[in-house]
Amino acid sequence: MNLTLRVWRQSGPTDKGRMVTYKVEDVSPDMSFLEMLDVLNEKLILEGDDPIAFDHDCREGICGMCGMVINGVAHGEQRATTTCQLHMRHFEDGAEITIEPWRAAPFPVVKDLVVDRSAFDRIIQAGGFVSVPAGSAPDAHSVPVRKEDADAAFDAATCIGCGACVAACPNGSASLFTAAKITHLSLLPQGQPERLSRAKAMVDQMDAEGFGGCTNTGECTAVCPKGIPLDTIARMNSDYLKANAK
Amino acid sequence: MKYTEGPEIRDTKAPSGPIEDRWEKRKFSAKLVNPANKRKLNVIVVGTGLAGGSAAATLGELGYNVKSFCYQDSPRRAHSIAAQGGINAAKNYRGDGDSIYRLFYDTVKGGDFRARESNVYRLAQVSVNIIDQAVAQGVPFAREYGGLLDTRSFGGAQVSRTFYARGQTGQQLLLGAYQALERQVAAGTVEMHTRHEMLDLIVSDGRARGIIVRDMVTGEIERHLADAVVLATGGYGNVFFLSTNAKGCNTTAIWRAHERGAYFANPCYTQIHPTCIPVSGEYQSKLTLMSESLRNDGRVWVPLRKNDDRAPGDIPEDERDYYLERIYPSFGNLVPRDIASRAAKNVCDEGRGVGPGGLGVYLDFRDAINRLGRDAVEKKYGNLFEMYERITGENPYDVPMRIYPAVHYTMGGLWVDYDLQSTIPGLFVIGEANFSDHGANRLGASALMQGLADGYFVLPTTIGDYLANGPYGDVDEEAVAEAEIKVRTKIDRLLAVNGTRTPDSFHRELGKLMWDYCGMERTEESLRKALERIPELREEFWQNVKVSGTAEELNQVLEKAGRVADFFDLAELMCLDALVRTESCGGHFRAESQDADGEALRDDENFAHVSAWEYSPDGPILHKEPLEYEYVKMTQRSYK
Repeated sequence: MNLTLRVWRQSGPTDKGRMVTYKVEDVSPDMSFLEMLDVLNEKLILEGDDPIAFDHDCREGICGMCGMVINGVAHGEQRATTTCQLHMRHFEDGAEITIEPWRAAPFPVVKDLVVDRSAFDRIIQAGGFVSVPAGSAPDAHSVPVRKEDADAAFDAATCIGCGACVAACPNGSASLFTAAKITHLSLLPQGQPERLSRAKAMVDQMDAEGFGGCTNTGECTAVCPKGIPLDTIARMNSDYLKANAK
Repeated sequence: MKYTEGPEIRDTKAPSGPIEDRWEKRKFSAKLVNPANKRKLNVIVVGTGLAGGSAAATLGELGYNVKSFCYQDSPRRAHSIAAQGGINAAKNYRGDGDSIYRLFYDTVKGGDFRARESNVYRLAQVSVNIIDQAVAQGVPFAREYGGLLDTRSFGGAQVSRTFYARGQTGQQLLLGAYQALERQVAAGTVEMHTRHEMLDLIVSDGRARGIIVRDMVTGEIERHLADAVVLATGGYGNVFFLSTNAKGCNTTAIWRAHERGAYFANPCYTQIHPTCIPVSGEYQSKLTLMSESLRNDGRVWVPLRKNDDRAPGDIPEDERDYYLERIYPSFGNLVPRDIASRAAKNVCDEGRGVGPGGLGVYLDFRDAINRLGRDAVEKKYGNLFEMYERITGENPYDVPMRIYPAVHYTMGGLWVDYDLQSTIPGLFVIGEANFSDHGANRLGASALMQGLADGYFVLPTTIGDYLANGPYGDVDEEAVAEAEIKVRTKIDRLLAVNGTRTPDSFHRELGKLMWDYCGMERTEESLRKALERIPELREEFWQNVKVSGTAEELNQVLEKAGRVADFFDLAELMCLDALVRTESCGGHFRAESQDADGEALRDDENFAHVSAWEYSPDGPILHKEPLEYEYVKMTQRSYK
């Protein structure tokens, strides 16, 4: 297949940036989206051009490093799929594809499609953990956990921290990301002692980073590669309210 | 490639006495650092996977002043995150006959008697603490209806000791370590440096005292000094270009430490994982693993007839060869990885492979779906099935998966003693980056175990002993400046070539060469060919590579070129190591050394040793560390 790409190019944080058009030929339908970009980049390097910078690592949909807005949708139109797991068989021959970085004020562009998501790490630093130093843990079977709770905690814990939820949200909210971690830990007995302080600290940090508020549009869960459900946000809000009422 | 032989390594610092007391003994003999002094001691940890993340977090908890580095944008991205199947631990929660001793035994045997008994025993002992620690952190392991932890079986074991979190165990364990790490960042004990790549080790007065890194956003070259350095930078499987490793995984940190004096042990021990999605085209950038846990319920087969191009559903039962069940009736589809991989290669070499190019075998869930129902299969393996469908466009509920072996893990790595210290005092190496626990073949679900054992429990004790024996004085400014200049010179050299081939095109060619000549099967002839070809290709690389852009910006081509340059040097040492080791063992299969059934044939008389290679500009120097087995009797492995 032959494609026309319109790609966001921006040399650094202070550059204004612009869309640049590239033709890519002989694309195999079995290629992944990133492999298609690899082929284009190889060509750009040999022509003496600057290849398109993009983040990626595991290329199997789990590290959360890759992320592009493809034709206006974070990670592209295929549901529950990271950019690296999107394959070219989902595009038509002759298609024009626009590719942009995550756009949100707390995710400044580093270069081209690479953005700075360190705000997510700082939200975790605020309280996204259980405080147990190594060496102090009781036997794993000392506290049984209901299977339903363990499964629901796991579902929330599958968040890969890619930031698609923020990119998709009209308010640039990080609620789904934050709520996923709060939900994971608050469903487990091990997470109870710090449950309310955690929710408060993480939400406050999310606000301090400049992420917007949640207005329940649900765009986040629609693009989430792991399908983190929207009701995690309700749980976060509930814990946050309780924490503030104390 | 010429090499010489140096003195044997006799002392690995393991305590003597009964094996079950050795770790206790070492813990007690290790000197302690006064809590007030810990915050004055600086430790650098490079890499934030299971080993590095857990080590940095634990050292921070203990009160040391830690600097942690990773090349990704966040420590949570490290490739441990991609481990699917599970983590072994000798909990014996099932009462199925498991014990620390059995896990120890299985690991030594699975490693084909090329691992150290003392280290492996400690690993099995510590395994039980890992599960406790992870559960306390909130790692959502799979549970049964009674609320207790579920387990499953993995290759090379006949007990059910593998704890798991659906097909994302690595992710959940890594996030546990990552969260512990971020807690320490918030507490101010760990300073995190993301998007930084280590490019050299600073050795002053014979001790590791810091690292030179490149800020991958600005291109700035920085120096970071410390009292000890820990490398947790993972394996070197990407020397093959195509592997199940993340694209960024590389050998640069350990290779450059090797050039500074750290011995490299058993570089030829690479693990080829039997269940990966086959290559689909020339553009392929990586291979994706399908968890070994699938072999619990999936049955591996190929058509009985050669070049049978019927659809799998059209091939009747009696014209299928479930070859693992046939050849290995007692372990069946759950034989260790090296054996399953080679068996797949053999049936494909016979012309019975399936799919494009005949490089694939079926992994079939038809019987499991009939027996357990589609829902039960989906619950167990749903995410893996989805992943398969996404990549191949085929639905494994309807047609069998096609799988083929791919490079997955490297058992070799920097040589370390019982304390996980390399031959450079003050340089500790943990996780996949060291060589110590898996011998010539790693069992499934043991990588997560080793990474966390090293990071949470072993290193924090042993590094304390080293630090307590200090202080080690000021760092020699000349040594720092020299390392910095070396790094800058290499970068300038790469940018100056301005040739006509990209770093990736060289990497692809090197990888193909390694796969063909130093892959699943090695011969004297193939290795000699590789040793002739690698220097030629490296020469061409330095004459003709094209690195666009400059050093003072985010430059992914430059990053790649530096890593490929080191892969060339490592590749050469791997082939040499494979050539010198004329026996077959575990993942290292020399075609010249096999028994009548085509199984790997060890040569214990001549090769019951670790091959530790010392770097020298005049050619590598081989030091042998003899392996002695006091507890597990050396036998020819049999899974029949």
